[in-house]
Amino acid sequence: MKKWLQFLVLVTSITSTSALLASGGLGEGGSKQLPPVMNAKWKAECSSCHMLYHPGLLPERSWRTVMAGLDKHFGENAGLDAATRDEITSFLALNSADKLDNRRSSRINQSIPASATPLRVSETRYFTSKHDEISASTFKRKSVGSASNCIACHRGAEKGDFSESQVRIPR
Amino acid sequence: MRKYYVLLGMLFSVNVFAATPQELLKQYEVQAKQENAAFAGFSADAGASFFRTERAHSNGQKVSCATCHTSDPRNQGKTRANKVIEPMAPIVNAQRFTDPVKVEKWFGRNCKDVLERACTAKEKGDYIQFMLSVR
Repeated sequence: MKKWLQFLVLVTSITSTSALLASGGLGEGGSKQLPPVMNAKWKAECSSCHMLYHPGLLPERSWRTVMAGLDKHFGENAGLDAATRDEITSFLALNSADKLDNRRSSRINQSIPASATPLRVSETRYFTSKHDEISASTFKRKSVGSASNCIACHRGAEKGDFSESQVRIPR
Repeated sequence: MRKYYVLLGMLFSVNVFAATPQELLKQYEVQAKQENAAFAGFSADAGASFFRTERAHSNGQKVSCATCHTSDPRNQGKTRANKVIEPMAPIVNAQRFTDPVKVEKWFGRNCKDVLERACTAKEKGDYIQFMLSVR
């Protein structure tokens, strides 16, 4: 009888641990992948020059800084009319890494010091640790361009899917 | 009465929602005359040279319209962030120069990026004239 009980406790603890791991652990509710989000202006305006970045990849303060400096956006003029800019800013803020409930956003957010406001996902400690096996020359390949071009290897990046099993690094 | 509605509809469709490249050229012509009394029409050749001539940007790079659009407007171009730009020449891309707001938006951005100043109406008109001349 005692052995039976021990077995039951063991089985229950294993199942609950794996369930906890699958859900991303304590304090990290939500799913593994970034959830689907949509705003027509965000989609149209933020993907004409580069891939569409999911708002859950950076914290609100980062998005607000990016959106306040569109006339010098990574060296290019990406100015928008005030109404469009404000609508997109609100959308980004509402769905930012510090607002969304999913494992990836939480971990990105946790890897950023409170004093920092990164403007590129590739500047975060989360990104560098996840990509430490990728050489600088791989990022520079013509088929990739740079570390900013997530979609070159993560085909589902624009939909928020960065799962490792979907990664295909082009030649 | 009905005629007026049709007229009104046409007016709106021309000025607000969509236009032809020729209509856009008319608008730039009006502006060009205001900017320079000696304005004598747009030139496809001037537009071609404007499109392809590289200038030294203050960031140390040599840039022209062709840097991203390629020197042949019938080709797809590529942004610095690796995104495809559809061809500029209406002969292969009928969407070009049919939306005045879009045209002004991109002249506004790209003139500042390439020339580090706004373009004149003459430059915009020459550019469109050149694109229309590409067959």
